[in-house]
Amino acid sequence: MGLSCTHAVPEYIRLIAAGRYDDAYMINWTSNVFPGVLGRTCDRPCEPACRRGRVEDHNQEKPEPVAICRLKRVAADSKNDIRERLPKPPSQGNGKRVACIGAGPASLTVARDLAPLGYEVTIFDQDPRAGGMIRSQIPRFRLPEDVIDEEVGYVIDTGVEFRGGVRINSMAKLLGEGFDAIFVGTGAPRGRDLDLPGRKEAAKNIHIGIDWLSSVSFGHIDKVGKRVIVLGGGNTAMDCCRTARRLGGEDVKVVVRSGFEEMKASPWEKEDAMHEGIPILNFLVPKEFVHDDGKLTGVVFEKVQAVYDARGRRQLVPTGDPDEHFECDDVLVAVGQENAFSWIERDCGIEFNDWGMPVVDETTLQSSLPGVLFGGDAAFGPKNIIWAVAHGHEAAISIDRLCHDEDTADRPPPLVNLVSQKMGIHEWTYDNDISNDLRHKVPLREQKIALKNINVEVELGFDQKLAFDEAQRCLNCDVQTVFSSPLCIECDACVDICPMDCITFTEDGEEEELRGRLNAPAENPLQDLYVAGALKTGRIMVKDEDVCLHCGLCAERCPTGAWDMRKFLLHMTPAGQGCRDRK
Amino acid sequence: MTYISKPKLRHPHLKTNKFGFTHRDYEGAVSTLCAGCGHDSISAAIIQACFELDLPPHRIAKLSGIGCSSKTPTYFLGNSHGFNSVHGRMPSVLTGANLANRDLIYLGISGDGDSASIGLGQFAHSLRRGVNMVYIVENNGVYGLTKGQFSATSDRGSKSKKGATNRDSAIDMVMLAMELGATYVARGFSGDKAQLVPLIKGAIVHRGAAFIDCISPCIAFNNHPGSTKGFDYVREHNEAVNRLDVMSPRETITVDYQAGEVEEVTQHDGSVLRLRKLSEEYDVHDRVAAMHHLQKSKAAGEIVTGVLHVDREPDDLHANLNTLTAPFNKLTEKELCPGSPALEKFNASHR
Ligand SMILES: Cc1cc2nc3c(=O)[nH]c(=O)nc-3n(C[C@H](O)[C@H](O)[C@H](O)COP(=O)(O)OP(=O)(O)OC[C@H]3O[C@@H](n4cnc5c(N)ncnc54)[C@H](O)[C@@H]3O)c2cc1C
Ligand SMILES: Cc1ncc(C[n+]2csc(CCOP(=O)(O)OP(=O)(O)O)c2C)c(N)n1
Ligand code: SF4
Ligand code: SF4
Ligand code: SF4
Ligand SMILES: [Mg+2]
Repeated sequence: MGLSCTHAVPEYIRLIAAGRYDDAYMINWTSNVFPGVLGRTCDRPCEPACRRGRVEDHNQEKPEPVAICRLKRVAADSKNDIRERLPKPPSQGNGKRVACIGAGPASLTVARDLAPLGYEVTIFDQDPRAGGMIRSQIPRFRLPEDVIDEEVGYVIDTGVEFRGGVRINSMAKLLGEGFDAIFVGTGAPRGRDLDLPGRKEAAKNIHIGIDWLSSVSFGHIDKVGKRVIVLGGGNTAMDCCRTARRLGGEDVKVVVRSGFEEMKASPWEKEDAMHEGIPILNFLVPKEFVHDDGKLTGVVFEKVQAVYDARGRRQLVPTGDPDEHFECDDVLVAVGQENAFSWIERDCGIEFNDWGMPVVDETTLQSSLPGVLFGGDAAFGPKNIIWAVAHGHEAAISIDRLCHDEDTADRPPPLVNLVSQKMGIHEWTYDNDISNDLRHKVPLREQKIALKNINVEVELGFDQKLAFDEAQRCLNCDVQTVFSSPLCIECDACVDICPMDCITFTEDGEEEELRGRLNAPAENPLQDLYVAGALKTGRIMVKDEDVCLHCGLCAERCPTGAWDMRKFLLHMTPAGQGCRDRK
Repeated sequence: MTYISKPKLRHPHLKTNKFGFTHRDYEGAVSTLCAGCGHDSISAAIIQACFELDLPPHRIAKLSGIGCSSKTPTYFLGNSHGFNSVHGRMPSVLTGANLANRDLIYLGISGDGDSASIGLGQFAHSLRRGVNMVYIVENNGVYGLTKGQFSATSDRGSKSKKGATNRDSAIDMVMLAMELGATYVARGFSGDKAQLVPLIKGAIVHRGAAFIDCISPCIAFNNHPGSTKGFDYVREHNEAVNRLDVMSPRETITVDYQAGEVEEVTQHDGSVLRLRKLSEEYDVHDRVAAMHHLQKSKAAGEIVTGVLHVDREPDDLHANLNTLTAPFNKLTEKELCPGSPALEKFNASHR
């Protein structure tokens, strides 16, 4: 399963550079449903793949990918009213009923894909308002409520019935209600606890981080002690510590078992926390909650170090140094989440594995009961919003095919298109000039103001000028160099002009050996070489795509048009007519 | 021409030379020549040669005349000295510059029109005087810049793009250069950089008049079936008589060849030209025999390439004129104005 958001990245970045924010937003909305939310919170699985980071290697002090995620937000912030362009509830239904349990991003995506097709979709959530953990967990200083309201609203307005405050307590009962399909998008709600000496006695000041965050979100908690210890090294821990800073925590620290590098939290989450004066202490394993007659006073930690065994596996072993004791008033435990499906009767036909997780097909997302599907954090454990959306799309396709008596294992192929971008001898449909800018930083709100109010968003987002500059860093990777051997006269013009020494004309050979004797060595084995033969001199053309800038200079300097720049378009086929068998 | 300049970004792992430069540090402005022009490949070969020889860019002077070929110095060695002279006059400007400052490396870039038509006389005298320089004629058989008229190197019987036949006989620049006493003579082809880069390096390390006739197809006006300077024609008729490797003084000689196959010619600065023979009979030191071979091959319709002649004991203009060893800009007032007694003495010697 791929991420639907990644295919059109350069396309919408170009639209943002062109100031066409509405169009950029709609491309995003179609593929990832929550551009405004994701533009602030996405885990950015696409950025490590961005070529910009590779081509800046040894050219700039700190090579960095394009700020893809933050550009998405610009489209959301700067667009006009796009409601006219959203699908309307159909005037006639198709008679099929779908239930979604949980109103997180996974369920909302299923609903958005199916409701406009005529499905009668009902979403149930125990919380009064839709959004799932987007609403209940992600703190407001990262994601303002009006952004959630707007984008969740767009989904509901496609004709979805939302039943808030309704907890589903029995799968068996729901199965009896005649739905054509049931989608389980209940997330991974339970935070893992730490069963250490003193846990019970000092319970009043020890909180499960994830529950604590949602209590803060809903306004049940609005302060915390002056000295706070956050246990755990993931993104939840980062949200906990930054939230604590805003609720009265002055001496807030994060304590982690592992080393700094191995922490699960994204590098920028760690940076943001440290930027707010929160130290991160590593290689300390909690041993005991110390209390004074039930009143928490601190935590004792054992010092460990990483040791690698013969097979290269890491183990944390005590260093033998004396234990460390840190005083504190509150502890937030953010050491992971557990799945809980107590409400699914184990005899209703849904198989579970030894870890208490449902057995789910990774492609179709169906459980062993074909009409019951799982997605988002409920399917394979906690991940992130963009994966929940991806699951939602795939589940919608499965449901659509299921409801049309078609095999769900047959997945619709994506639509592929390759179009020349040439407009004149040296003119292209895209701006082929290469920017030398370094990644632009997102402006932040002044810390004095940011730390005072938990509801004040920290990131201000790129303004349109910064967005343009950042967008210009994009290398238009969807516009690809295409070579045609019969046209080539081997004049070397493309070789001479290529700024990255990508192109070599040489004698044929085995790939391994070939990689070493190109004009510049092809060092990324994950990147296939582009090879074309049948040249007049008997040589072959080899192009190493790895650091190609897509500047189009090879095509501009080619006298015969043997190189062309063609835009590769990949449309993921959504649920609906296109995903079904042709009859 | 392209509208954008060549991006600054470069391959993350390019080789660097003694100065820490990559080959890209020897580039110039982006070319405005026609896409595919052979001249651009020669520029790229010059860049590569200077990079490989660890030349400091500020010690090189590029001079040229008029023509597409003569425009190219703008497109390489952007940090070197440059002088774009009038049509056919590059050799005399270069000679003057060389006399004034013998410490620079001189690259004379010209075309077949620039050197074989309007500049033929200048070409001839710079070679016969033995000016220490690299003289490259980017030979496409036409006046490219003025839209493709036959030039003086165009072969008799070859056809223009429009179909007209050339009735005049051709000047062979290599034969002329040998006749005139150039001490390093080579012919290359813009479409074969593996051969061309060493030829240029050899010419640079050679102290004396080094001449390279480089066939360089004019994509716009002389790369059609009736041409004898197009890619296909040159590839079909190319007869390389040797392969050259240029070893810098600090490179130890590691490869062993069988005697007879390889010949080494040590240059003034200690560099070694290592020639691997491809033609048994061709002897680069025997000027008369070499000229004979060249004539025979030409009659057979072949284009001979490679190092065609090297003088083991080259002379140069400065040696012949017995000039000062210091360049003018290093001379102080004391040397330049030696005073009345010196003038007296000088005048007396003429009485
Ligand atoms: C503190 C924190 C911060 C995070 N930050 C980010 C971030 O910055 N970026 C990112 O991409 N991801 C982030 N995540 C992860 C992200 O929120 C989740 O991966 C995502 O929301 C999962 O979506 P989902 O659709 O699977 O379900 P969820 O969003 O978990 O929603 C599930 C919903 O189902 C409801 N529900 C559960 N059981 C029942 C039932 N029996 N009956 C009715 N309703 C039920 C719940 O009330 C909940 O509303 C964060 C998570 C946490 C905990
Ligand atoms: C004195 C003078 N006469 C004529 C011209 C016109 N002219 C410009 S370039 C050129 C010929 C150039 O031919 P060549 O040296 O072969 O260069 P190419 O463009 O083919 O590389 C001529 C005749 C001129 N610029 N100056
Ligand atoms: S587009 Fe062509 S010239 Fe530009 S970097 Fe890629 S291969 Fe080189
Ligand atoms: S520029 Fe075009 S014709 Fe020339 S070598 Fe490259 S692909 Fe071939
Ligand atoms: S006219 Fe001919 S010589 Fe001049 S730039 Fe064009 S191809 Fe090159
Ligand atoms: Mg010419």
